[in-house]
Amino acid sequence: MYGIGLIKGLGVTIKHFLETYVDDLRWLGRGRYYNEDALKIRQSTEARGVFTVQYPEEKLSVPEEFRYIPFLVYEENPDGTREDRCTSCGICSKVCPPQCIWIVRSNDPETGRPIPAPTEFYIDIDICMNCGLCAEYCPFDAIKMDHVYELASYERSSAHIYNKERLSKPASYYAEIRPKNYAREEAARAEKEALKAAKKKKE
Amino acid sequence: MTEKETVQLQDTLEEKFPGAITRDERQGYEGYIVETAKLVEIAKSLRDDMGYDYLSSVTGVDYLPDDKMEVVYHLYRSAGGPALTLKVQTPRDDSVVPSLVSIYPGADFQEREAWDLLGIRFEGHPDLRRILLWDGFHGHPLRKDWQEPFFEAEGKPFKSRWPQGEIRRIEDTHPFGKNVHYPSEFTPEGWVPEGEAALYSSLGKIDHGNGNNKQGLETDQIVVNLGPQHPSTHGVFRMVVTLDGEEIVGLKPVMGYLHRNHEKIGERNTYLMNMPFTDRLDYLCSMSNNFGYALAVEKLMGIKPPERAEYIRVIMAELTRVVNHIWAIGFLLNDLGAFFTPMLYVINERELILDIFEAVSGSRMMCNYFRFGGVARDIPEDALETIKILVNERLPRKVDELDLYLTGNEIVQTRAIGVGVLTKQQALANSAAGPVLRASGVPYDVRRADPYSIYDRFDFDVVVRYNGDVYDRYLVRLEEIRQSLRILKQAVESIPAGEIQTGKPQYQVRVPAGEAYGRVEAPKGELGFYVVSNGKPNPWRYHVRAPSFINLTPLEEMSIGQKIADVVAILGSIDIVLGETDR
Repeated sequence: MYGIGLIKGLGVTIKHFLETYVDDLRWLGRGRYYNEDALKIRQSTEARGVFTVQYPEEKLSVPEEFRYIPFLVYEENPDGTREDRCTSCGICSKVCPPQCIWIVRSNDPETGRPIPAPTEFYIDIDICMNCGLCAEYCPFDAIKMDHVYELASYERSSAHIYNKERLSKPASYYAEIRPKNYAREEAARAEKEALKAAKKKKE
Repeated sequence: MTEKETVQLQDTLEEKFPGAITRDERQGYEGYIVETAKLVEIAKSLRDDMGYDYLSSVTGVDYLPDDKMEVVYHLYRSAGGPALTLKVQTPRDDSVVPSLVSIYPGADFQEREAWDLLGIRFEGHPDLRRILLWDGFHGHPLRKDWQEPFFEAEGKPFKSRWPQGEIRRIEDTHPFGKNVHYPSEFTPEGWVPEGEAALYSSLGKIDHGNGNNKQGLETDQIVVNLGPQHPSTHGVFRMVVTLDGEEIVGLKPVMGYLHRNHEKIGERNTYLMNMPFTDRLDYLCSMSNNFGYALAVEKLMGIKPPERAEYIRVIMAELTRVVNHIWAIGFLLNDLGAFFTPMLYVINERELILDIFEAVSGSRMMCNYFRFGGVARDIPEDALETIKILVNERLPRKVDELDLYLTGNEIVQTRAIGVGVLTKQQALANSAAGPVLRASGVPYDVRRADPYSIYDRFDFDVVVRYNGDVYDRYLVRLEEIRQSLRILKQAVESIPAGEIQTGKPQYQVRVPAGEAYGRVEAPKGELGFYVVSNGKPNPWRYHVRAPSFINLTPLEEMSIGQKIADVVAILGSIDIVLGETDR
């Protein structure tokens, strides 16, 4: 009979329509929206009913590997001073596909020899394509991809070129947003140090 | 091709065309160099006598140091097997090559592209106009001596970035106009694009006032521009349509509104830098794009990824196919008038898959996940668990629901069955690929016909339908989702532990001189990357055989005789993404 297919299809639509209300009942009292636990389930493989998120009141948590605009990692010394991990070797600026990284290497004022620290470090975030290659190939774990994605601003010409000050974030922040990566890198570093120490001892 | 077959083929070819065909002896190259004058004859013989009935890719290479242009053809047998590569050489300053459109109509757009970007004239081409660039464009940008307005250096990395990085915005130091050449008498206000007139005249006779239609009535034919700003075109794409009443009598696609010369950018980039750029071709299927490019460069480098990486690649590529096909089906329904309800149902599921991509690669759409000889990082254990739940439980259920929802729907059937028919012969001749080809009764799938990666290990069916209409293309996609899920189920069960990268990750890979053509069965059809290396850090030539672009070649044939409202559905059933069409 003509129209059976249509009716079946409308059945699917009605099912979808009702599912949200059924899901509402499930969260009765606790609330389907503005509720961290509910949000997690609503965005998982068990999700039923309306799938959308009430942004900006609700925000999806990003996975550890999520990447957005790089930042520079510095270590905080106990006396409160900062120590950049960056040695201005330039690998990030060489691997950068749209070439949005500018680095000025420091030179020793007396000898004129390069010192392993950047005087200046710029990233033009309008050009950056968030590919993450700089973070991937940095041999010193000094440049990492950030999780902050709300970057809109009214002023393009000055606000979108990030300088070293703006880019720098402490290692503790890095450990917070990427705990697994941080732990793995620290373990590798500790192992390397131990190997070095053992070698020295032998000598 | 085994060595024996190669020798056999060569003997036959040399016997038939003594002196006109020689093996390409350059280091790292393969295939045959053909004498220009004999090209059409040889192509005809290859098609009719030897079964090479499918012309996959046509492109040019500018060998500036040798002062030569070369046109490269990749031919296949639709029965399967590896490519036969033919090359034709011509001088740079007056590059003329006979057109193959009479033998393989699928060469049409590709030859126009080679003319547009490389300045190779194809003699005998019925409609040799620019295709991607605008008519007033000066020069042919893929020629090696052509420089763009914001030219900085021949190859990246640029010297101004390190160690004395002078930060500046390019537009501040290069005001508009510098390095842009105008003819001396050029006035923008008075300029009339010649191409537009040529475009309209290429549509055939437009007889205002006294034209007669089929029924013998006196009618007017009118020209309608669908697009470039039109909701049905999925982007900035324009169809110039001649109508007789509501019926289409002529159609010309116009593209290039999103053109950014991906290939020129690719030739300035180093090999690795191109990886994130490939994401931006078909931005719905970045994993497949990565896959094709990685295969091409790995072929040149002579490396293979480790076992676990191969599995991860297959898993990602198949998930991408699921994502693409549900998206394509959703949008097809949009084009048929079911505004966004089916679309939103399916993109729920897409969202869950994109979450996996995000967890694995760091980005939902611009994945940049593949590396030469492996993948960027290992797949997290919980992501693998999510994939298992998705492919074993949720997605099969949702595909069945979609099937129940749409397949039997009488409105969909009336709009789609018998609309936009492409016969088997037309599909092959026009170099259609992917679901469009398979819906026309050609069971050609690169994963089967010329297996790459580890596809020879999995059980799956090549989906094929025989009517070649919009409905069959829809059904092929629906069934391909099921087949992808079948592959995924096998892959997630048998994925081994181990390394994910051959050798040490390098930011500048050493690529020996030579050429390679890597092709994969991307969701939209055969996606090929033709890469020529001269041993330097940047590829000498980087060409993308884009399925979205070449699948548009038969659009006119499919649309003629249809109603104008159906063109929207036909275009939707081809499933194009303008990022890839325009490159």
